Amino acid sequence: MPDAFEPVIIGFTCNWCSYRAADLAGTARVKYPPNVRLIRLMCSGRLDPTFVLKALSSGADGVLITGCHPGECHYIEQNYKALRRYLLLHRVLEQMGIEPQRVKLVWASAAEGVRLAQEITTMIEEVRALGPLRWPTAAQNKGRQPVMAAQEAVR
Amino acid sequence: MSTNGSKPKFAMYWAASCGGCEIAVLNIHEKILVLDANYEVVFWPVAMDTKYKDVEAMPDGSIMLTLFNGGIRNSENEEMAHLLRRKTQYLVAFGSCACEGCIPGLANLSTPQQIFDTAYQTVSTDNPQNVRPQFTWTAPEGDLHIPAFYPVLKTLDQVVPVDYYMPGCPPESHQIAAVLDLILAARRGETSLPPKGSVIGAGSTTVCDECPRQRNVKTITRFTRIQDVAPVDPDLCLLEQGVPCNGPATRNGCGARCPRVGAQCIGCYGPAEGVLDYGARLMTAFASVIDAKEPAEIERILDGIPDLVGQFYRFNLAGSLLRASKAAWAAQQAQQED
Repeated sequence: MPDAFEPVIIGFTCNWCSYRAADLAGTARVKYPPNVRLIRLMCSGRLDPTFVLKALSSGADGVLITGCHPGECHYIEQNYKALRRYLLLHRVLEQMGIEPQRVKLVWASAAEGVRLAQEITTMIEEVRALGPLRWPTAAQNKGRQPVMAAQEAVR
Repeated sequence: MSTNGSKPKFAMYWAASCGGCEIAVLNIHEKILVLDANYEVVFWPVAMDTKYKDVEAMPDGSIMLTLFNGGIRNSENEEMAHLLRRKTQYLVAFGSCACEGCIPGLANLSTPQQIFDTAYQTVSTDNPQNVRPQFTWTAPEGDLHIPAFYPVLKTLDQVVPVDYYMPGCPPESHQIAAVLDLILAARRGETSLPPKGSVIGAGSTTVCDECPRQRNVKTITRFTRIQDVAPVDPDLCLLEQGVPCNGPATRNGCGARCPRVGAQCIGCYGPAEGVLDYGARLMTAFASVIDAKEPAEIERILDGIPDLVGQFYRFNLAGSLLRASKAAWAAQQAQQED
């Protein structure tokens, strides 16, 4: 099946828990599909909803956000910020007509390599069932930069 | 109006907009005389009688400055954007609609069918025969066409390259006057123009930066409408009082006019410096200050903002990363395939 749909999932991991979980899955040779592209952040609290919107509007079919379990954040409580942003963003995406399964939040400790691999696999199958997102702004949004104020201009 | 050929030519055009930008230009008071004394106004539908064919007859690049306000809602708007781009040296996306879609851009949440149902078939509309606009009509005299309605409203820079952006709904009058002066000063060689593609006539930080209200560490336990806060503390940050104020993500330049008089910022000056997606920046800001850790409690607090896209993208939906709802995009693609 040369034309079978392979979802592209952008996965955000935190340096201290979920990235290490993914690493552990690798060292333990736990297999998960290659559809997820992992990006390491220092903390899930660094996750700006812009990243998610940029991914979805630039060609990704889904976004996976991962972080330390509640109460176990390396930066004390920044993963709660990630949780609040996720819940808020979910409501906005719903209003925009984007299926909720396309953006998912998963907590994974550094020991949970197997579980993270399972969660990744589950999400990929869910997104595969939904089909491609193909947001039409992909060409324009790649490399898009914010418009900046003229430094010497009239104010 | 002078026909003196040595004066630079000025044009102003409205696409999908309300006309408030034109009023803002007239609101520069006596400076309007400076405009007339220093520019030759060649095209300005709200103020003078000119035809599109008059613009078509002008040499390319002959208009020095065009203030283009309004979003691109239909094929007429797009045609005028291309025409004025060709004729103009400095094309300014003037006001929130041209910069980022503004209120007309909120229709990007809906399909054309939903938009027309609302416009022609609600209880407050007297339309017993359910008359709807027809884009082509065969009359005895021949086929008539009206401009095609686009399912997804576009910003000016999504259609043609833009030289400068002037945000605001509408832009503040003193800044309009300053921009008119700037172009003249640059023409006399007294100053140089800022790099193309930049924002002019606005600040480079946020509305909060100009807001005199006192700010503390924010811990929000509820969001509510401002009329339900009684009494509103006149000196305290509105966001801290649970009023969803868009100041943290909004470009300054207005002098924080709304929060100064007790109304929350609704974001008409668009994304602050360095902000790619206005709504995402606001989501970051609001979610950061919610004082809750349990999902159920967080959801309860979020219930206080019933229309999130309306709150976060009131002026910016067409200029955001997603630009329109999935349903509106589907209608747009169906139109393109026709």
